[in-house]
Amino acid sequence: MASAGQIEKPGPTLMGSAAIGWLPTIAIILAAVIIQITIRPMLGDFYAKVLLDIGVNIVLAVSLTMVNGFTGQFSMGHAAFMAVGGYTAATVMYYGSFRLFGEASMAGGVLSSMMSDREGPVPYFTRGDLLFLASTLFGGLVAAGCGYLVGLPSLRLRGDYLAIVTLGFGEIVRVLIQALTTDALYDADEIAATPVYQFPKYIGGALGFSGLPFYNSLFWSLGLAGLTILTAYRIKSSTFGRAFLSIREDEIAAEAMGVNTTRYKVRAFVIAAFFAGMAGALFAHTSGVQLNAGELGFLKSFDIIIMVVLGGLGSISGAAFAAIILTILPELLRQPAFLVHGWIVAVPLIAGGIALRMLAARRRADTSIPKLLIGFGVAVALLAIAAAIARSRDIDLGRYRMIFYALALIVIMIARPQGLLSVREIWERGLWRGLGNWVRSLRRETGEARP
Amino acid sequence: MNEPGRPESPGEGADSHETRHGGRPARVFTGPGVPDPGLFSRVAPLLPHLVASARYHLPPVLELFLQTLLNGLAVGSLYALIALGYTMVYGILKFINFAHSDVFVLGAWVSYEVTRIAGWGGPDHPAPWWAGILVLIIAMFTCAIVGFTIERGAYKPLRRAPRLNVLITAIGVSLLLQNLGQLDFIFGTRPQGMPTLLPDRVLAEIGGHPAVVGPDGVVIANEVAPVLVRLVDVVGSATALLLMFVLDRLVFKTKMGRAMRAVSYNPGTAALMGIPVDRIISITFVIGATLAAAAGFLYSQKYSGLNQPAAPVWVLLGLKAFVAAVVGGIGNIRGAMLGGILIGLLEFFGATYIGPELKDVYVFGLLILVLLFRPGGILGSAAVEKV
Amino acid sequence: MRTKRSVVGWMSAAIAALAVAGATGMVSAQDTIKVGHYGSMTGKEATFGQSTDNGIKLAVEEFNAAGGFNGRKVEVITYDTKGESSEAGKAVTRLVTSDKVIAVLGEVASTLSLAGGAVCQEKGVPMISPSSTNPAVTRGRDYVFRVCFIDPFQGLVVAKFAHENLKAKKVAVLYDQAQTYSKGLRDEFKKHFTAMGGTISGDEAYSSGDQDFSAQLGKIRSGAPDAIFVPGYYTEAGNIALQARKLGIKVPLLGGDGWDSEQLAKIGGEAIEGCYYSNHYAPDQKGELVEAFVKKYQSKFGATPDGLAALGYDAANILFDAMKRSKSLGGKDLRDAIAATKDFKAVTGTITLDKNRDAQKSAVVVEMKGGKPVYAATVEPTKK
Repeated sequence: MASAGQIEKPGPTLMGSAAIGWLPTIAIILAAVIIQITIRPMLGDFYAKVLLDIGVNIVLAVSLTMVNGFTGQFSMGHAAFMAVGGYTAATVMYYGSFRLFGEASMAGGVLSSMMSDREGPVPYFTRGDLLFLASTLFGGLVAAGCGYLVGLPSLRLRGDYLAIVTLGFGEIVRVLIQALTTDALYDADEIAATPVYQFPKYIGGALGFSGLPFYNSLFWSLGLAGLTILTAYRIKSSTFGRAFLSIREDEIAAEAMGVNTTRYKVRAFVIAAFFAGMAGALFAHTSGVQLNAGELGFLKSFDIIIMVVLGGLGSISGAAFAAIILTILPELLRQPAFLVHGWIVAVPLIAGGIALRMLAARRRADTSIPKLLIGFGVAVALLAIAAAIARSRDIDLGRYRMIFYALALIVIMIARPQGLLSVREIWERGLWRGLGNWVRSLRRETGEARP
Repeated sequence: MNEPGRPESPGEGADSHETRHGGRPARVFTGPGVPDPGLFSRVAPLLPHLVASARYHLPPVLELFLQTLLNGLAVGSLYALIALGYTMVYGILKFINFAHSDVFVLGAWVSYEVTRIAGWGGPDHPAPWWAGILVLIIAMFTCAIVGFTIERGAYKPLRRAPRLNVLITAIGVSLLLQNLGQLDFIFGTRPQGMPTLLPDRVLAEIGGHPAVVGPDGVVIANEVAPVLVRLVDVVGSATALLLMFVLDRLVFKTKMGRAMRAVSYNPGTAALMGIPVDRIISITFVIGATLAAAAGFLYSQKYSGLNQPAAPVWVLLGLKAFVAAVVGGIGNIRGAMLGGILIGLLEFFGATYIGPELKDVYVFGLLILVLLFRPGGILGSAAVEKV
Repeated sequence: MRTKRSVVGWMSAAIAALAVAGATGMVSAQDTIKVGHYGSMTGKEATFGQSTDNGIKLAVEEFNAAGGFNGRKVEVITYDTKGESSEAGKAVTRLVTSDKVIAVLGEVASTLSLAGGAVCQEKGVPMISPSSTNPAVTRGRDYVFRVCFIDPFQGLVVAKFAHENLKAKKVAVLYDQAQTYSKGLRDEFKKHFTAMGGTISGDEAYSSGDQDFSAQLGKIRSGAPDAIFVPGYYTEAGNIALQARKLGIKVPLLGGDGWDSEQLAKIGGEAIEGCYYSNHYAPDQKGELVEAFVKKYQSKFGATPDGLAALGYDAANILFDAMKRSKSLGGKDLRDAIAATKDFKAVTGTITLDKNRDAQKSAVVVEMKGGKPVYAATVEPTKK
């Protein structure tokens, strides 16, 4: 079993003592507040936006890891839960703001602000923020409810069926929103005159839900990302998580050991849907996003799956790491002129890698770390060469970026099928300890330089 | 329905394809841009006499029903052709080959490119009668090579990897094919119009009536055009059915078919029995790709406006074909054929009688119903894994 | 010990190198004025973005050749949106905050313009959409402008044309329910056409990407209309025309500017002959500006410009005109200058921006003849 190595390690349980149980949660929220207040003003708006997207993508990738990674089931409609949560939260938020505050424009405090130049004193937390929190939670709950309805029948069967049903569910959600709803109302009087139960009809249809206030900020996005990772980690290291992993390794054996596989699978699926719904709620209220069902189809679901698999099935930190890389990579590829300078990174990496490789070979030590360095250097160099050729020939490399992306995906799957981190976590791989061991092994082999 | 003074006897109606609607020329209905099909131009005039010896007069209710049925069958047989590729790969490798729909797209676009390079189409450059067959063969051959390359290059190295990895690779291959196809020097990003290469003419017309003009020159009833049974649809469906029949024989009556079934049942044991598993898998891929190419060509004949290679509509088409495979019983070849036709009919009857807005919802709704009540599909056996 | 230090050394060297690379990447010519363009250069609507981009490039080339802005050249930065709104939002954020463009041009699709417009409004940078016709795009956003007419006007144009020029009494509608553009045109057309005394003999829907329209056309056929209004995009319009002819429907089809593409004739072939659509301009229109534009475009790109290219060209030129009139190139001044655009002689007609920041101008109706759109009529906006 891939996770055998960590069993002896006593991890925190879901039912741990109250103080220890709440401590990390409070720490994460505090950290998010500090990032929002101190780091946000230092970042440029664009970098802040990328960081914001990273947060939302981490929530999506890590929550999908709970289904695809922990229990080994295969959901292909994660974006649909995002859509359900996003539209639910947006409806509550938009029409709620109109009914409560008289307008839907941004009424949040410092914690919700993505703008670096707001005038006058701004409170930290306002009624608007409270409404946003409530609608996000509500969006998550509705998505979880849908997850229960979709999961219960299909999770009785083998993993592939879940894949197909979730795919179908995603398409149904998209078509229903596009075909049965119409443009959002924008006239305050009209909204005041419309009964509440009719609001779900006016959520934008094919044009998308316009006029939503942009509450999502680094506080919300990174805070939720942190909480998602914490939840996932606690589940993974609890008895709950053991049951998940046992289903993944061998469903029949798990059932024989008394694990109610269907119940556990449904639980994992519902939890994942809950977080995806909340991610959708944040996504809907992000600056520069026009919430629209057409973009939350199966292609978006594929994007999330790719993050999970790239990170290594079952690895929380791997999924988070892949979410970060896959959010930044397209932006890097957008401007190839910048990539031309990649050789500055590539040359030292390759040279250093080769030097270390030779050193390690001479001392008969492990060569995987130098190989990693060389591989990374070669990849960067190839990108730089492609960018240079494109620039000299006046080819718009941006048009080819999806081809690079697809090729990279295939190559990674073939060359490293277990993903970046496989099932283990980044801290479990003992990166620093491993590095130390490796350096020590270099010395031990020759028996010199030992104090 | 019947306009006064119009003879109804079948004998009189026999030449109606020449003199329909009060003697307007039949050419009107052969459709614009349709080349004069050399050999078929000599054979085809006889066909209406064989197939349809009369204009059938039907109440509009039945007319609509018939039109829907014909369209559903025509599109359903194409779904079935694509579904076969999905079901065969699933049967053997147990994974959903997402790149399959892109091979289908490739088939359609290669057909277009060949036709364009040959300069066929349009009234000035009629296509010879063998054009359709040639284009079909070239498309099938190209897709066979691509299918083989995909299998050897992307899937074979992953034989022992988790299924999820193969699936991601399939998504990667799908993205790659889509984005390569979008390049200007391959297919480009513009939709194109595919000329009709198959012989086309009206085989039968059913229902409809001309305008009824009263004595004072006032139009009492407007003209209603009849349901037309077109040769191109018949040939398309017939080709699809023929290919399915050949495949069915191949799988159930030949030695290679037995080897394929053996590999699908248990690859390990099959290898022990001396079956070259890798070669059988490659052959399966090639057959699937060939059928997809044929479907692509036939599709381009039915719907000549080809969307660009990366259009989401193609992915959706592929998904529906996959749903067809599941509904019929995944891994089951006859099930895929049945499922394809069922999905085609469902889509068209739903669109006509309930409303076209929720076309996709019917298909995926059926999928969920089938999985709830008959998880193995209609012809499949419920798959409950035992130790 | 030595080895460990060397690892750390390499790492710090790599980080330093990255920083250097970043710094050199930032340094670029300071004397150009940057203008952003975001459009779908790839993806399902790639032709839209590419046409618009060509039009903008042509305008910029001319402007720079004529001396630029007080001797400073204009540089266009084009980012791809892949036809996705979240990509559009990201692209515009990058243009506005990282590249520091003075103004943004784009998008074609209204959903994407709404996403990008929100960012421009938030950051106070003017945006001119060349061809987003949905009324919501400029609503409540005083930094967002457009140089095309809006959907309600286009619905009126087609209704007027059907009623007055075609003398149609009964018209059926076949619209794309997955496109707000199509829905909007259908609503406006129905409203105006019935007000003119016509009847709607059929009202059917399809979804973008549908290939088969026989169910809808079958129902439309039994209503025996004088014309069919198909307010969708050219791929579907071409397919609909082919299938309508196959079903024996011979009445003309009518469309909006979504039909405008040279591919329409390639897909529809002879089936589309004799059909009409409303558009921003016709390449064979008489007039100095149009003729000069078409000639220059053809010699540079080897193709006849479609409406999107013309609108891209006009959007860029309106921006340049406003730059000359503006007190400074700051967002607020530039916005006021653009808002003051009056009677600007553009390729797609004389443009005045109204209080809703929408262009008040005429529309043309073209007929498909011999595989080409041929000018048929001009419909003027009604003065309010």
